[in-house]
Amino acid sequence: MKHVTSLKIGPIGFRIGCDWKAPVAQVERLYADFPRPDDGIADFNVHLFAARPWRRFLRPSVHIGGDFVIPDAAPLPLAQGLLAAEMGMNLQMALGQRRYLLLHAAAAERDGRAVLMTGISGAGKSTLAALLMARGWRLMGDEFALLDPATGLVHGFPRLVSLKNESIDVVARALPDAAFGPRLEGTPKGTIRHLVPDARAIAAMGEPAAPALILFPSFGHQAAERPVLPSESFVRLTQASTNYTKLAERGFDALTRLVRDVPSRALDYPDADTALAQVERLWEAL
Amino acid sequence: MKDSPSYRAAAPETLRIVPLDALTLIYHHASGMTHVVDAPVPEILETLGDKAMTGAQLLAQLSQAFDLGDADPAALTLRLDEMVASGLVERL
Repeated sequence: MKHVTSLKIGPIGFRIGCDWKAPVAQVERLYADFPRPDDGIADFNVHLFAARPWRRFLRPSVHIGGDFVIPDAAPLPLAQGLLAAEMGMNLQMALGQRRYLLLHAAAAERDGRAVLMTGISGAGKSTLAALLMARGWRLMGDEFALLDPATGLVHGFPRLVSLKNESIDVVARALPDAAFGPRLEGTPKGTIRHLVPDARAIAAMGEPAAPALILFPSFGHQAAERPVLPSESFVRLTQASTNYTKLAERGFDALTRLVRDVPSRALDYPDADTALAQVERLWEAL
Repeated sequence: MKDSPSYRAAAPETLRIVPLDALTLIYHHASGMTHVVDAPVPEILETLGDKAMTGAQLLAQLSQAFDLGDADPAALTLRLDEMVASGLVERL
């Protein structure tokens, strides 16, 4: 690969190799304050490559590969190379992570304890994570929370926060001084803009937290909350994990411990302000 | 008349059983499968213990231990068939 960079997000080291300069330059600019992998050795490799040599120049489209590959993954236009790099890192995590139970969840920490927010795409994970950061929480991640079966603690994965469509302006208003990536129009998920985690999130990204609250947010409904039984929480979290079955009994033990020890709530909300008030009230009531 | 089959629970060291609320989680080593089960599955496993029993013997023990008012042999056979299919119980 012609252009290469490496970085560490939470406990995970990545090496990104790319046929073009621009995506690597964007990654290096937005991840400028992130550390390098320990001893320079990455856990995962991401490759961003042209399908044919001449396609580096002619209608360039970025294929996503690496240690783990989805054969039919559609390429992205070069203008969305940053998104390809992010998707490449997510893909390696989703397919290759073995040490931690990977939960598709946003996480934020306060006083050493973490709230986990899981849900389908569009549930508001990234928006809520960014807005909690704006209100003084430590952002642990907007996409993956890493549950350590050995300790029961959650490790953060504070990659760039992937804001979509309407949430881009909502978060820009709440964080006027934050650093953002370019506006990526016409992606498979609409318009995307990446938010750089604040200095505190980056400085503390190696510190795990004890999970204290599990939320299942759902956007677009009247404000409502209901307790979720441990068994329902268990089933929903197995669905939100890409490597639960791979971890076998370690995954089972980690997840049963989590749902037995940590209360779960379903949370419907009509807008971000309402959701934040709900989250902070539930947090205070713990 | 054909002899009634006996049933034996999967060896306890192959099962991790975690009661949660109304439901119980069972991790089955041999298959790597997680089962989310309701009564009477945990009760059947507990009652079988390490013994082999016919359906009638099992039903009698379950009725005694759990005060079943409506002990139904057909329903129990259905549950046992499901448990055999999932590997939680062995039919001898």
